[in-house]
Amino acid sequence: MDYILSIVVLAGINMIAVLGLSIFTGFTGLFSLGHAAFVGVGAYTSAILTYYYYVPFPLALLAGSAAAGLVSLIIGIPTLRAKLRSDYFAIAILGFGEALRVILENLEITNGARGLPGIDSFTTLPIVIFCLGGGILVARNFLRSRWGAACIAIREDPIAAEMAGVRLFQTRLLSLVVSAVYCGLSGGLLAHFLSFIQPVMFTLIQSTQLLAAVIAGGMGSLSGPLIASFVFIALPEALRVAQIWRLVAYGLLLVLIMVYRPQGLMGYSEISSFFSKNRSRERMQP
Amino acid sequence: MTTPTPLLSVRGLTRDFGGIRAVDSFSFDVPEGSITGIIGPNGAGKTTVFNLITGVYRPTAGDILFKGEPIGGHRPDRIVRAGIARTFQNIRLFNRRSCLENVLTPLLQREKSNFFAALAGTPSARRTERSLREKAFDLLTSLGLDAFAPLQANTLPYGLQRKLEIARALATNPSLLLLDEPAAGMNPEETRSLARLIAEVREKFNVTILLIEHHMDLVMNICSPVIVINFGALLAEGTPDEVRANPDVVAAYLGKGRKGK
Repeated sequence: MDYILSIVVLAGINMIAVLGLSIFTGFTGLFSLGHAAFVGVGAYTSAILTYYYYVPFPLALLAGSAAAGLVSLIIGIPTLRAKLRSDYFAIAILGFGEALRVILENLEITNGARGLPGIDSFTTLPIVIFCLGGGILVARNFLRSRWGAACIAIREDPIAAEMAGVRLFQTRLLSLVVSAVYCGLSGGLLAHFLSFIQPVMFTLIQSTQLLAAVIAGGMGSLSGPLIASFVFIALPEALRVAQIWRLVAYGLLLVLIMVYRPQGLMGYSEISSFFSKNRSRERMQP
Repeated sequence: MTTPTPLLSVRGLTRDFGGIRAVDSFSFDVPEGSITGIIGPNGAGKTTVFNLITGVYRPTAGDILFKGEPIGGHRPDRIVRAGIARTFQNIRLFNRRSCLENVLTPLLQREKSNFFAALAGTPSARRTERSLREKAFDLLTSLGLDAFAPLQANTLPYGLQRKLEIARALATNPSLLLLDEPAAGMNPEETRSLARLIAEVREKFNVTILLIEHHMDLVMNICSPVIVINFGALLAEGTPDEVRANPDVVAAYLGKGRKGK
């Protein structure tokens, strides 16, 4: 039971980070192979605060999210400029992810490569459900707002978006900061669930997994990546009996999705639309 | 007789791409309330002029004055806010969004809303969104697109996509609307109805229109003044009749006879 519970909690924590990356990649159309670094910033910031300074857990979570948001500004401001193609950002964040690992491994306060053990395990299932539920609501509201509409317009056509009054640079930067805050929150929850973190937990492999969940779940969808993220966490655990073969199953699943659902599980649609196709059509015509 | 200040005034506009001078000290005025047409052979620099006016490119030299204010080199979104909107030669819609959302996007950008109130989904944020949705729907209705509101933009037939692009441009509340080859790919029947639509839009939305077109009948019927550009420079300017009678224009389009003109 404890084992299943821990898988559900881990999946929930991962889903929060995927939610953030979905806003950045699925809705704004920018690619990132470095968002695990923001998870790392959130994890280390909040863990250091509760471990050394006895900061209350909710405050530490907030600080971790804020720190991830601030760090994303430092990378985003020089690389998301309107005149630069989005490839520049993809390369910069790839480098940043590696740089962060080196920094974490060499700092005193992070206990270097050995990692930080003995973090209080404050994270419980209700807390994760609360954060995930709140995160989904906020993401939905964000996407309906003028800023969300601006993000989607940029994904569809940056030039037309500008002619619709969208500020290219500010909107891309905002999308990055929002996604980084989600990842930071996810990191804070992760650190206080595992009660142990080390730098190798936030590298390219984890970034790739986040991106795989967004792509396999479907661009421009929130529910698709959430489902994919859950499956990607739960499946390797469920197949633990198969030992080394579970990685094959993981790869096979990705290949099957690419072949049979190239747009992802829920590309450009939400699970709710399956139940309310007719209703939504009526709502549109007042 | 004193002429009123033109809505848009372009002076000595020049743009180089590497060693090629695409636009060469080009000057013209767009009088307020007019439907001004720009014509010229392929590659004459018409679309480049549009891209310079809307801030997609920076001018190498020259001034663009809109309502008397210089706007040359400003960012596109700033120029949109100043009151210039445009459509594109190859349609650029937000393809995977509904028609309603295509029009809603610029309406939302004009709104001054509170970021955190929007994230929290406060009742006032929801009210604003609902009223803008209604506004978007009204705009679609006024262009006869209301029946297509929930459909994805790229599923519309070509002619309606062009109309939707005009609707989206109007949603930015422009005083000057630039149309880049609005009749491209349309048959004579569709072109005639487009001409009616353009005249109607000018009346209903109180906008000045500047359009690029190859369909001579459309330009000669609804545009005045007509500006002719060739090799990036002004070739002729005047009423449709004056332009039609201009020997330089005839030469640019049909070529010169062996004895010159």
